Amino acid sequence: MEKLIVSSSPHITGRQTTSTIMRDVLIALIPTLLAGIWVFGIRALTMVLISMAAAMVCEGLWNYIFKRENSLYDLSACVTGAMVALILPPSAPWWVFVAASAFAIIIAKQLFGGLGQNFINPALAGRAFAVASWPMLTTAFVKLGVPLPAFSSLELTDAVTGATPLYMVKTSGVIAPYSDLFIGKVPGCIGETSVIAILIGAIYLLARRVITLHAPLSYILSSALFGFIFGYEGWFTGDILFTVFSGGIVFGAFFMITDYVTTPTTKAGQVVAGILAGFLTILIRVKGGYPEGVSYAIMLVNVVTPLIDKYISPKKYGRVAKNG
Amino acid sequence: MKLTFKGGVHPPSTKGLTKDLPIKVLKAPEKLYVPLRQHIGAPCEPTVLVGDAVKKGQLIGKSDSFVSAPVHSPVSGKVIAIEACYHPSGVKAPAVVIENDFQDEWDPEIKPVGDYTSLSKQQIRDAVKNAGIVGMGGAAFPTHVKITPPPDKEVKYIIVNGAECEPYLTNDYRAMLEYPEEIIYGLKAVMKLFDLKEGYIGIEDNKPEGIKKIEEALGDDTSVKVCVLKAKYPQGSEKHLIKAITKKEVPSGKLPVDVGAIVINVDTAVSIANTLKTGRPVVDRVVTVTGDGVNRPCNLRVAIGTPFKDIIAEAGGLKDNVKKLISGGPMMGICQYSLDTPVIKGTSGLLALTPELINDKKELPCVRCGKCVSACPMGLMPLYISMYSKAEDFEKMKKYNIMDCIECGSCSFVCPSFKNPVEYIRMGKAKLQLQSKKEGK
Repeated sequence: MEKLIVSSSPHITGRQTTSTIMRDVLIALIPTLLAGIWVFGIRALTMVLISMAAAMVCEGLWNYIFKRENSLYDLSACVTGAMVALILPPSAPWWVFVAASAFAIIIAKQLFGGLGQNFINPALAGRAFAVASWPMLTTAFVKLGVPLPAFSSLELTDAVTGATPLYMVKTSGVIAPYSDLFIGKVPGCIGETSVIAILIGAIYLLARRVITLHAPLSYILSSALFGFIFGYEGWFTGDILFTVFSGGIVFGAFFMITDYVTTPTTKAGQVVAGILAGFLTILIRVKGGYPEGVSYAIMLVNVVTPLIDKYISPKKYGRVAKNG
Repeated sequence: MKLTFKGGVHPPSTKGLTKDLPIKVLKAPEKLYVPLRQHIGAPCEPTVLVGDAVKKGQLIGKSDSFVSAPVHSPVSGKVIAIEACYHPSGVKAPAVVIENDFQDEWDPEIKPVGDYTSLSKQQIRDAVKNAGIVGMGGAAFPTHVKITPPPDKEVKYIIVNGAECEPYLTNDYRAMLEYPEEIIYGLKAVMKLFDLKEGYIGIEDNKPEGIKKIEEALGDDTSVKVCVLKAKYPQGSEKHLIKAITKKEVPSGKLPVDVGAIVINVDTAVSIANTLKTGRPVVDRVVTVTGDGVNRPCNLRVAIGTPFKDIIAEAGGLKDNVKKLISGGPMMGICQYSLDTPVIKGTSGLLALTPELINDKKELPCVRCGKCVSACPMGLMPLYISMYSKAEDFEKMKKYNIMDCIECGSCSFVCPSFKNPVEYIRMGKAKLQLQSKKEGK
């Protein structure tokens, strides 16, 4: 017998590890990616792969330059890369995806200390960076049916671009059919259009206990409520189903506001975060200058997460009044 | 709906290794090392001298302090040394070393105490005290202290803890199958102390046979209620057993008796019954010898003071690749480094784990997943407490209620980053106590 190890209990651990969690998130993104390929063609796949590769190269280079331990195996960079691509329009040139991923990994994640230390969701930060830097390229959406090249950039003329459902409703009040929104047959970002595909992935994440319903459900319900209250045509006129199915709410609910690092650690805190994000999303959508507000709303909530965690603590066992 | 509590985790039960194996009696070895401190409270002073002949069950150590439990000789033989020996706590402690004469002669002065129905309350309490009975679940708090609460406390619930939520361990389960009458008898003796008409036995739903046996033994007797608990760790924690059964929470910093509850372990109830019926003190206990590192897992009745090596020999020896030997269960047990360490009254199991099962992976950064928060049965935030413990921020540690932690290890079990929050919390508690001592002076 070799020497016995002496260490503090517990001596066994559960099966879930950071890398199994990240792997599960990647698996859960597959239906969404498939829907993206179905709606936008093979370019969706190319861009997701480019984005993932860029994220991993950035993470690897960072670790190499600063002599950090290799962290690629935890798959978090892989997930970030995939997420960045899924929330950008498929028509954006490939280097926009690379730039957004690089920003996500280097600026939003590594500069703040790497995994677990970032105060803002890296993928959302990457997208925000791309939108701020190249607004024309990242907010133009091609009409459905316009063939997209697998890799090369295309010219975004008025002839090929069309309006997203949210742009349509904001400018002309026309509401896209629910069924198109549900299956994803609308212009939009690669991974955000198909509600059904996102839900399949979400069910997988719930079944694997990677996420719980607290944040997603409160976010969706809050968006629905405030979407109804702040209708485009006046108070209490909002279309609830359209609100929820359009834009990035469902994707944001299950893949963004469930991000561990940037959302509260308590269930109650997650519910608060969801409600707040729902309110902000609708505020930006209806009253703000942008047609969509999911990413900014969630980033704003990311910023108040430490505050939520500070003031919302779980119900402690045996909590009593001091003189009790 | 099954009774339960909020939080907790579901480790694989792994009780299958030993749950169907009847308790075998292990012959006492040649030399026994009986520590003078096997309980929470004041250590005992030896009452024998080196060279003295002792009988089985004879008093060999006692303390005048109320919170203490006397120690008795587990065999007949001769005291050959009184010296510091290995102790399962990890720190060497004074022990009486006894050479077994293999005569197995009981101390002739030991006589049955009597049936609890005809004994006075004081007689029952004295018998429990003199027999050195302690909480046999592992904490080893002297039982007579537990059953003698301050007179202003009203006791309403006597609960026998048959949850056995630690994976691997089956000693309580076997006791339920093999000594159901004794468990009920011990419970009723304690009920009598408080003139209670009703008592409770809490058993997790993953032990249907145990529930059945106890119910059979009860027959038409309705004074004891079998409470079926949802199998979840740490259901066997006193506070969570009380919560599940009485719906009451023990206030922070208070004792179970403050909500009128007294919890005793299955094995403790058996010991009480045995002592009253035979007068014999605690000289042995049931130990589950198990784990993937043991060749022949088993449940053994072992004399107190038996070194682990003799127990392991009975279990067919350890496999070559054993990396950890644990006294107790995998969630709260204590790592052992010597096979010369003896069994004490609180040793519920001996668990040998191979590298496959032990957690020695490198810590990764915390991703704030909040799984430790959801798992904490005390409603604490382990990620923050351990962070402040590392930083030695005493104010924040207190603010996050570090002293409420029961050290069950659920947080470390669920952590996907292989962190061990409970380890830092333990260190933090120790530092905090040291700090308040300094300030007190």
